[in-house]
Amino acid sequence: MSNEKKELCLSGTGVTKVFGFGERKTVAVDHVDFSFYSGELISIVGESGSGKTTLVKMLLGLISVTEGDIFFMGQKRDIRSHRKKKEYWKGIQAIFQDPFSSYNIFKKIDAVLLDCIHMRGGRGLSKEKKIEMMTEACRFVNLKYEEMTNKYPFELSGGQMQRLMIARIFLLKPKILLADEPTSMIDACSRATILDMLMELRKETGMMIIFITHDIGLAYYVSDSVYIMERGKIVEFGSANEVILNPKAEYTKRLLTDVPKIHEPWEFSKRKRPMTQEERFSSPQPINIEV
Amino acid sequence: MKNTLRQVFRSGKFVTGFVIFSAILLLAVIYPIISPGNPLQMIGLNSFIKPGTYVSVYDSLNTQRTYTFKLPGAAEKRIDSKLSNEDRLNIKDYLLRFGLPEEAVDIEQTHDLLALWWNNYDPELRLGSTIAENRYFARLDDKLAGIFESEDIEVGELDPDTGEYVRKKMVTETDYVNVSDVANVIRLPLGTDNFGRDTFRELVSAIGTSLQIGLIAGTVATLIGLLLGLLAGYLGGVADDIIMFFSNLFTVIPGFVLLILIAYSIDQSQRGVTTVAIVIGLTSWVWTTRSVRAQVISLRSRDHVNLSKLSGHSLPRLIITDILPYIASYVVMAFILQISSGILAEAGLSMLGLGPKTTDTATLGLMMDWAMRYTAHISGAWWAYYPVVLVIALVSFSLNLMNTGLDQIFNPQLRD
Repeated sequence: MSNEKKELCLSGTGVTKVFGFGERKTVAVDHVDFSFYSGELISIVGESGSGKTTLVKMLLGLISVTEGDIFFMGQKRDIRSHRKKKEYWKGIQAIFQDPFSSYNIFKKIDAVLLDCIHMRGGRGLSKEKKIEMMTEACRFVNLKYEEMTNKYPFELSGGQMQRLMIARIFLLKPKILLADEPTSMIDACSRATILDMLMELRKETGMMIIFITHDIGLAYYVSDSVYIMERGKIVEFGSANEVILNPKAEYTKRLLTDVPKIHEPWEFSKRKRPMTQEERFSSPQPINIEV
Repeated sequence: MKNTLRQVFRSGKFVTGFVIFSAILLLAVIYPIISPGNPLQMIGLNSFIKPGTYVSVYDSLNTQRTYTFKLPGAAEKRIDSKLSNEDRLNIKDYLLRFGLPEEAVDIEQTHDLLALWWNNYDPELRLGSTIAENRYFARLDDKLAGIFESEDIEVGELDPDTGEYVRKKMVTETDYVNVSDVANVIRLPLGTDNFGRDTFRELVSAIGTSLQIGLIAGTVATLIGLLLGLLAGYLGGVADDIIMFFSNLFTVIPGFVLLILIAYSIDQSQRGVTTVAIVIGLTSWVWTTRSVRAQVISLRSRDHVNLSKLSGHSLPRLIITDILPYIASYVVMAFILQISSGILAEAGLSMLGLGPKTTDTATLGLMMDWAMRYTAHISGAWWAYYPVVLVIALVSFSLNLMNTGLDQIFNPQLRD
């Protein structure tokens, strides 16, 4: 993407999400500022529990924002009524992490694709036209519509399900796509296919993709700019080359050392320093409290 | 759907429960069709008539066709019906007092026993310890006088003109009539209750009414529970807090006490079957609400719900297509349990005298109430309450069995 064409698409100032009250208060996302430009591919990288998914849900408008503002296409986002939400969701869509739980197991696959056509105002189209659109979408993700129709989600493999999710995006053609670790539940071979398809879709529609991942290596290969998140805060951001090749924040450096490399032994001694007290307590291991 | 049903009917527990329940249901539906009429008609003037077949004495005499049977045990049977076991024991008692050795008296041998009695009984001896006992022996002697006689009985009719008896019929010992030839035969498989009503027909109609009560109470409770649970679980926040406040309130107040108070405060004339059923339903929604809420909370943050939202579906559609199907099996199970507890609650209320105030319908609880009030257990009229208890137990058992069977199917962790 050339720099001249940069148009602010989605941005936020001081976006915060707090769960619970008082002693049980958890700050999941802590005063995050970001500005995403249209057509970019942005990666948000962080380990588990760093608040990536919460941020995604706020961006999608699925959960409320405790503090701060989100701007969509230069204007303050307004999703107070169902009608406005629906309008907003025409511009922003998502692919979730777990394809197995993304489908309503009681509905046939056709219903998922039909919903997308209806959302784009295709309710009045003839049945043949609808089938043609669905066939095209399936072809885009290397699926055969004839094999998909009249099937329930549980009859598909994980890779097929996730590809169908991309077919859904193909039908909706949103401005922004939030991909929340779309490849983490998929085997390595399907992973490349899924990524390829996302890239192709981006090339075709010119949409902005926000790619959420814990894999900093993957982020480096696919993205234009990278945001590094640690415990609800964005600790570093910039173009992929800047951030990955010249990391400034300690956390980014640590993430980079944790990337396994082929032909090199993977040791913990590579860490520059032992874990600090704070890090140790924030680790997911159970802590024994002696009384 | 088809697969689910097939799976459900492969569960032994469910099928057992289903068969028992269907049998009870079929009885309640079919019996009134083959035997129409008011089930609460008072047919007997005595209370607590024993179970059995009753033949009109008048009609049995007037039956035209008689048959002759020479059955070997007939005479013994006739004697047995006149000589009870108690009488035999008393005869033995007398004979022992008279001085006979114990081994000489066998109460099973009717002929020998009576021969000993006639040989040794002497009213002058007064072997009884009280006057009453002596009188009893005298009466017994009179009663036994003609026991072996097998003379024919002459039936005469009083001629109103002459005032003389005209011979109408000779009934010999070997004469029999077919029961189907007798015009008036009453079959009482479970006798009658204190009001002289056929207990079996009453029971069948009570099963129907009680199932209706269970169904109404279960429907009311499940609907309220489902609605509040869905709202509390899906909306969360303040709505959740308010609904949970009320459900906590209803949880800490014992439901049965509340039920008694409501039932008591309703005017007696208003307290019909439907009212009681609705009141039961209104007090038993709490657990359905809580469990539906818990399920919905875990469902609402699932990705398929998020995806449905992103597809622009409205809230009602979201709840109906993305939440309800996931909890449907659970709600069906809760509904089955609600029916069972509704029937039990009605029985409990009625036994306390707070059930439906009605004399034209019977419920299982009211039958228990009547049996208890008219001291059926003291008069030994087991047929007035044991069958009712058995039916209540069977209905509740079969419904719970179906529930457990379903639970094992829909909760694979419980499968053995």
